[in-house]
Amino acid sequence: MEIEQQALSNPSGVETIEVSGSVAILEALISEGTEVIFGYPGGAIMPIYDALYDYKEKLNHILVRHEQGGIHAGQGFARTSGKVGVVFATSGPGATNLVTGLADAMIDSTPLVCITGQVFAHLLGTDAFQETDVINITTPVTKWNYQITDATEIPEVISKAFYIARSGRPGPVLIDITKNAQIQKFDYGGYTPCNHIRSYRPKPIIRNEYIEQAAALINQAKRPFILWGQGVILGEAEQEFKLFVEKSGIPSAWTILGAGAIPTNHPLNVGMLGMHGNYGPNVLTNDCDVIIAIGMRFDDRVTGRLDKYAKQAKIIHLDIDPSEIDKNVQTTVPVWGDCKETLPALTALIQKKSYPEWLQKFREFEKKEIEAVIQEELNPKSGELTMGEVIHQLNELTQGEAIIVTDVGQHQMVACRYAKFNNTRSNVTSGGLGTMGFALPAAIGAKFGAPERTVVAVIGDGGFQMTLQELGTIMQSSIDVKILILNNRFLGMVRQWQELFNQHRYSFVDIESPDYVALAAAYKIKGKSISERGDIASSLKEMLEYKGSYLLEVMVTKENNVFPMVPQGCSVSEIRLK
Amino acid sequence: MGNQNKTEKPDGKQEFTITVYTENQIGLLNRIAIIFTRRKINIHSLNTSPSEIESIHRFNIVVHETEEVVRKLSRQIEKQVEVLKVYYNTNEDIIWQEMALYKVPTDIIAEKASVERLLRENGARAVVIRKDYTVFETTGHREETDALIKILQPFGLIEFVRSARVAIIKKSDGFNRKLREFEKAEPGDEVIENEYLNKGQRIFTM
Ligand SMILES: Cc1ncc(C[n+]2csc(CCOP(=O)(O)OP(=O)(O)O)c2C)c(N)n1
Ligand SMILES: [Mg+2]
Repeated sequence: MEIEQQALSNPSGVETIEVSGSVAILEALISEGTEVIFGYPGGAIMPIYDALYDYKEKLNHILVRHEQGGIHAGQGFARTSGKVGVVFATSGPGATNLVTGLADAMIDSTPLVCITGQVFAHLLGTDAFQETDVINITTPVTKWNYQITDATEIPEVISKAFYIARSGRPGPVLIDITKNAQIQKFDYGGYTPCNHIRSYRPKPIIRNEYIEQAAALINQAKRPFILWGQGVILGEAEQEFKLFVEKSGIPSAWTILGAGAIPTNHPLNVGMLGMHGNYGPNVLTNDCDVIIAIGMRFDDRVTGRLDKYAKQAKIIHLDIDPSEIDKNVQTTVPVWGDCKETLPALTALIQKKSYPEWLQKFREFEKKEIEAVIQEELNPKSGELTMGEVIHQLNELTQGEAIIVTDVGQHQMVACRYAKFNNTRSNVTSGGLGTMGFALPAAIGAKFGAPERTVVAVIGDGGFQMTLQELGTIMQSSIDVKILILNNRFLGMVRQWQELFNQHRYSFVDIESPDYVALAAAYKIKGKSISERGDIASSLKEMLEYKGSYLLEVMVTKENNVFPMVPQGCSVSEIRLK
Repeated sequence: MGNQNKTEKPDGKQEFTITVYTENQIGLLNRIAIIFTRRKINIHSLNTSPSEIESIHRFNIVVHETEEVVRKLSRQIEKQVEVLKVYYNTNEDIIWQEMALYKVPTDIIAEKASVERLLRENGARAVVIRKDYTVFETTGHREETDALIKILQPFGLIEFVRSARVAIIKKSDGFNRKLREFEKAEPGDEVIENEYLNKGQRIFTM
């Protein structure tokens, strides 16, 4: 009697229902608006999968072929949709297979909630079957992680997980749930989304004095230069950014993850920063007088040698993460805050200006780069195929409307340099971690994040062989992604370094490929392989128009190098054209 | 408190005490520790304890580093979700103590009056006196607790142990008021009062 009464009367007066921890997790995910889960089952997460059996209508679970594929798919989803990616994995090997993706999401600020099963709480620390210390393994590569051992914690912890993953500077969160908590029945009183944690301040408070100082500096500048990164996209501040750029009239360049925040063909978009970025933006970094860095973190691939980086310039740094300020480059004026708020505040205080002569300098460098590099790369008249011409032809067909997912290596640099983007959230690549094997699974997620858009995964012959098992996912779940393998029969980027810096000593970069068309066929995916210039446009067109997934292999020249290049240890102004 | 400042060395490194106010959460110690180990920075002393507020924990971490490094470490620590606030201070800014225990053979202590005098001069206190050994305790700065080791060594010091540093920031008026701000959904300027956000004259002015 007593027990019964307890269950019925709830101190908060909220109606409760008795559910298992597993059901509570799924209900919480639904309350957070989760549409798709990328996952893989196993012993320690079986109760959740059992509950999922009854939720097939409400939650779309995609069975991947490897947990790394699951988490990269979650990342691709998050990047194109702006929502939190959700991933399931079992304990032990399932959980450890997530680590690469967590590290990738951490460094690229991608919002994820990963749920891993764990052995029963009473077995923790006993070296039980498939027990690993997932919390400690993942601590350095998660924004937050937490182990649930009691089902009553579930609603609060899941709501915190989503809040932390998406707010402030986004990042991956991992929740490890012991099997007993998944099974345990408890009174579920509904779901309350989290919007405040007292120890966590996702957005620093904006200080107007710095906005004023930044505006004054911009108004005085003769040769100002905007560097923008993914922060503009993560902050959903593309429009605010565009207004700022246009009123200020300042030439603007992007980091690889910032691509697409304003269109490639915007007159003030002067190109890509960094090791394989454009000539002008790199050289003129050391010629400008004021840098306005927005939502970017001065990665070493962007700055080159730090002690020779923009020493002449005053630096204004807008970032939501206070720990980024002064981390690598000394800031003159720090502007902490969400750029969706700081940018309009700054725009209001700056004068409308243009810098025709300064902009002209960028154009002159662009001309030199076209003559020395781009012309030959995009429009070669003879010889073997180049990666650049394939991307160039792709641009002609997609007109900048496609989502381009890239793997890591030469093809990534070529694709990011030459692909045109009209829209934000269109460039999905592994920037900070440089994870080979990212593209194929990320493309799967990217398609779920933007089902109406064309998704093209540009992948090297090396990286494709790292996660090609996800062709199985594409087959089983009928996912429409276009796979473009740029096959140079080399681990090209490493080969390029060995050629340039190790005297052509090609040490284990010669990589063989299987018959990709036959492989695709085995997975019931249409495929084609080409090596003639005349076939590029028509084959790309066939691929893009095909209803369903399609694999196109293009045999490109073996020993091409990506230029321009800022060699490691050199200043950005020492960028090489050949 | 006298001569407590280790002067800054030519490499710019000096002793800093980092004070961290946190939620009481399992795993947070590891999260904080790896911020140091990832950068190959040695933690000289680490103490966790309750704070003046129930449920809020307080870490004291001592490192020997340049201010720039300590500032960056502090920002990385403060970025952790369950960390409320981080302060870092030089020895001039804090009042600090470490406690040490010394186990020495009782017969020698009893025989040699000079030992007794030395102990008294060093502010040591007997915690346990047994037939076979005596345990003394001192509280003070590193130099003080170190000095007594040297003194006791010739008399057959059996065991020595020193605690982590605990420190109080001279200027601090506690955490109560700040915590109330943190608990608000829209905290006031109070929470951004922050030593490393105010760079004083280094900030560009027109
Ligand atoms: C998981 C992983 N292992 C190794 C590397 C080092 N790496 C960077 S680029 C590259 C070569 C990539 O070769 P491929 O996929 O064929 O692309 P390509 O450079 O030829 O276009 C390698 C091995 C990496 N980035 N990621
Ligand atoms: Mg290759």
